[in-house]
Amino acid sequence: MRVLLPSPLFSYTSGQREVEAHGACVADVLHALDARYPGLRHRIVDEQDRIRPHIRFFVNGEAVTTLGRALAEGDELIIVAALSGG
Amino acid sequence: MPVTVASTWSLLIGTRKGAFLYRGDTTRSNWSVEGPHFLGSVVNHLVLDARDGRTLLMAAKTGHLGPTVFRSLDAGRTWVEAKRPPMFKKASDPDARAVDSVFWLAPAHASQPDVWYAGTVPVGLFRSTDGGVTWDEVTGFNGGLFPSIKHRVENIPDGSLLHSICIDPQDARHIYIGLSTGGVFESGDAGASWQPLNRGVEANFLPRDDAEFGHDPHTLTLHPLRPSRLYQQNHCGIYRLDRPGVEWRRIGRAMPKEVGDIGFPLVMHPRDPDCVWVFPMDGTEVWPRVSPGGKPAAYRTLDAGETWQRQDRGFPREQAWWTVKRQAFCADACDPLGLYFGTTSGEVWASLDEGESWSCIAAHLPHIYSVSAAALA
Repeated sequence: MRVLLPSPLFSYTSGQREVEAHGACVADVLHALDARYPGLRHRIVDEQDRIRPHIRFFVNGEAVTTLGRALAEGDELIIVAALSGG
Repeated sequence: MPVTVASTWSLLIGTRKGAFLYRGDTTRSNWSVEGPHFLGSVVNHLVLDARDGRTLLMAAKTGHLGPTVFRSLDAGRTWVEAKRPPMFKKASDPDARAVDSVFWLAPAHASQPDVWYAGTVPVGLFRSTDGGVTWDEVTGFNGGLFPSIKHRVENIPDGSLLHSICIDPQDARHIYIGLSTGGVFESGDAGASWQPLNRGVEANFLPRDDAEFGHDPHTLTLHPLRPSRLYQQNHCGIYRLDRPGVEWRRIGRAMPKEVGDIGFPLVMHPRDPDCVWVFPMDGTEVWPRVSPGGKPAAYRTLDAGETWQRQDRGFPREQAWWTVKRQAFCADACDPLGLYFGTTSGEVWASLDEGESWSCIAAHLPHIYSVSAAALA
């Protein structure tokens, strides 16, 4: 499926904003991404599998709050980095 | 006897918006900047492994992204991320802790090349045995001591932090740490077990005067030539302890009353255990945490805290409302000793005459969190 990444993660993907990854749920896709781009997952999900405070996930435009959210081929996962403060 | 002086020194600077390397010449008067590295990253600490003179570790995160450690094996020219940064073990508890920031990095004993320690926010202690590539929990602290003291170290809005990891140069297994808040703790078995070491330290924010722990050391130091000599700059004053004693003495009482003895950093003279510098800040009423009266000054003692001398030649005489964070004041090993610090307003100041006079060698940097002097190979 198509995964859209925010600019803070471009250093992991050599500048690619859009990558392909597969998995039965969001967690699987993140593990697949981490295998290809080592270290990426820990920057957006902590060691207790909680999504970091300034990161948001959307599947087909719908906000996702748990990594267990099921995915189907053809879905689109968008990872958004939303910063606050100066 | 003077310590061998490296031909050149560099300043490793961590800021709220990235890292900078200032490379000095043999006079320590001319500095060229390299950076920013990792522009936009919060860099809490940037440290050289003095055991090899070339390995640097950097504790970093960004506003969006979680914490990690970057390594350089070529004195800062290229960087690689740790394969497994410090992280707590996975737990089923929904409130299980996760590392928010790596706050402190410390090479271990000289006899243990590639061993490093890291302190985190929230308080956690981690060890790497491969030069910072992978990190594991020091379970004697994270799973041993911490659960028994957590009621005194949690619930701080910006997070409690573990800092000042001090390794006894005479015994690799003998370690001191500071928890802010939490207090000073000591291990004689490489972190397997810990004992509090806070007797005599005031803690006016605790309900009891005789609490064993829960204090707030801002910086803890151990003298390399006399490791029985400890100093700490605490939230409640400046203290000295000579082991095997266990009772800290508030040597900050000898500071001028109008200045007080509150601050973050404390720097020792590497060749003189009786010589220490502090950089006081305003800790009155609402704790402005700026230079007292807007008049910055370092204070030095030459007699282990019996008396203090103000050192402010070169600093602004008024309306300078900055201060110096706990990792942002350091010394080189030259003779005379060079002193360096970074300010919350993004300036770097240097003294090449042991604090007698100061000059600003860099300005307009982001808020500075750490400065360390390094003899890069």
